[in-house]
Amino acid sequence: MAESRWWRYFKLNIFDPGEDLKSADRYRLLQRNIVVLMMLVTIIPLTLMAVINYHQYRSSLTDEIINPMRLLTSKTKHSFELFLEEKLSTVRFITSAYPVDTLANERNLNRIFRVLKKEFGGFVDLGLIDCQGIQVSYAGPYDLLAKDYSDQAWYHEVTIRGTYISDVFMGYRNFPHIAIAVQLGNDECDNWVLRATIDTYLFDNLIVAMGLDAQSDAFLINDKAVFQTNSKFYGKVLEKCPFLPPPGNYGIHIEEETDPNGREVIVVYTHLENFCCNLVMVKPKSVVLKTWFTLKSEMFFIFIIGAVLILLTIFKMTGVLVKKTRDADERRELAFRELEHAHKLSSIGRLAAGVAHEINNPLAVINEKAGLMKDLVERAEPFDKKEKFMEVTASIQKSVDRCKTITHRLLGFARRMEVQFELLDVNDVIREVLGFLEKEYLYRGIEIRMELDENLPQISSDLGQLQQVFLNILTNAFSAVEDNGLVVIRTWEQDPETLGVSIEDNGCGMSKETLNQIFEPFFTTKKGYGTGLGLAITYGIVQKLGGRLKVESQEGEGTVFYVFLRKTPPSNTGERR
Amino acid sequence: MKERTLLLVDDEVEFVQTLAERLQLRGFQVHTAHDGDEALIQLEKNRFDMVILDVMMPGLGGLDVLKQMKPLYPKTPVILLTGRGSTNDGIEGMRLGARDYLMKPINIDELIKKIDENLSRD
Repeated sequence: MAESRWWRYFKLNIFDPGEDLKSADRYRLLQRNIVVLMMLVTIIPLTLMAVINYHQYRSSLTDEIINPMRLLTSKTKHSFELFLEEKLSTVRFITSAYPVDTLANERNLNRIFRVLKKEFGGFVDLGLIDCQGIQVSYAGPYDLLAKDYSDQAWYHEVTIRGTYISDVFMGYRNFPHIAIAVQLGNDECDNWVLRATIDTYLFDNLIVAMGLDAQSDAFLINDKAVFQTNSKFYGKVLEKCPFLPPPGNYGIHIEEETDPNGREVIVVYTHLENFCCNLVMVKPKSVVLKTWFTLKSEMFFIFIIGAVLILLTIFKMTGVLVKKTRDADERRELAFRELEHAHKLSSIGRLAAGVAHEINNPLAVINEKAGLMKDLVERAEPFDKKEKFMEVTASIQKSVDRCKTITHRLLGFARRMEVQFELLDVNDVIREVLGFLEKEYLYRGIEIRMELDENLPQISSDLGQLQQVFLNILTNAFSAVEDNGLVVIRTWEQDPETLGVSIEDNGCGMSKETLNQIFEPFFTTKKGYGTGLGLAITYGIVQKLGGRLKVESQEGEGTVFYVFLRKTPPSNTGERR
Repeated sequence: MKERTLLLVDDEVEFVQTLAERLQLRGFQVHTAHDGDEALIQLEKNRFDMVILDVMMPGLGGLDVLKQMKPLYPKTPVILLTGRGSTNDGIEGMRLGARDYLMKPINIDELIKKIDENLSRD
């Protein structure tokens, strides 16, 4: 029950925004309501679908795109670790295989260094440092013999921890390298150190092997965010890196950041075991999520197209629908009004006929009685008041005649149907009618201007009815104008089917309200002496003759009546009542 | 000139009597009837030079009387009186054989004119 009531309320408010509104507003509201409703039931599901799809695709695609980065970074990390481990093992092997004395001999060291370079590659030099931190034997391209390393931090660290892999540094050689140092000893002292320098171009090779695209970057940084290898975009070796690695030892860390160039990037950090360094891979989001962006823009595009199509359809369809409804409503209303008017006229006609007929009989009696009185007085001998009697009876008969005119007119109103068509000249009819009114317009000094088309074809119509029409309109025009006013009568051929007649006066005009009612029976502005039937009859006759009546009026400026008459009688003559 | 005999038929007694009197004053002999049946009885009893017949009467109406009397007295002219202000009844009556029609209230001079016209035709 509650549901049906709710639905009724809903329906009422959506589809019928109120009978009392002005009709234009009503249809605009109706259109707006339907548009809003249709938009709600179409756009909301569409948007919901789009949002859900967006999130689903996003989460699955992100996983698919981030995972390869994670894998690649992890692989490269192992390569680095393997590389460093291998170098460290090699140096360790030398320290285990050869006693200090052998290594201290420069010839031996040179031989070992040559083998090292040949078999392993990447080694730049090899040096042996004694317990005092002095390089006692050196194999390599530089002149570093007797160099004192005793005050350097790495030297102390290696004497404490046994092995050491340095950060990248320029050192004396002025190009980036790392040092691998392993502690060894002889009988006298444990703090001998074998130190090998390794070229970092091998790091670059490892990074190149990652096969990154032009937009992406990978590099090593130490824990203090100092570059250990050159970066394509962010700086050279030993410069400060804009990306800070997470502290401590960690597996793989992925971060979304904005780089100094303002690009949205995804940064993958991983920490290398036994080495200072963090491997960092930077990929712009636009590259990583290229597929996603493409998909997203396609989805957005489809959404927008869909929404636009839906909206267009809704607007177009609703417009057409509401217009059709409105047209149908208006047609129905017009037909209803006409029917109502015709019905009103016919019932008033019947009433009038009844009344007129009932009055006619006593009127006939009065007429005859007065007539008889007149007859008798006429035939009597002259007597005292004979003249007076004659006058009185004549006066009674005159009044009866006036009543007769009224009853006959009322009866005429009821019998608008009796139309007899004959060929006639409208100009002649107008001239004839003006003849009836000549006395009035001459007396009042009203100017009649005739602009008649003398080549007007004859039409088939009813003379009496047409006379009535023009008589009524002209009578109205005369009562509208002041003395010495102007009435213009025009005739013309409107189209091959129709003639036009206009009767224009420069009289008082009508208000819009009056204009709306002038064809209503019993509506009159001539207080006291109008029957209010003139224009109602006129309207009925013109319709009956298959013509049209139009009025234009400006208050204070005048009124124009247009009568459009068919040249041939309408086909349904005599059938309509 | 021989006195003309008229039959005046109308259901309105006052009207019939007064009009009859006026016609008598003008030298006619007038019989009256107040409905259709009475008119037919009168027609059987006397010979009339003319019948003046109201269309609207209770019972047998003017047009019915006209229909019934026409085969019996084809030579008797009929003038119809109609109170409906409509030419329809008149035209219908003339189709049935009436000579003329007048709308009530009537003008006595017009009636006399029409009587004279129709009587002089015979």
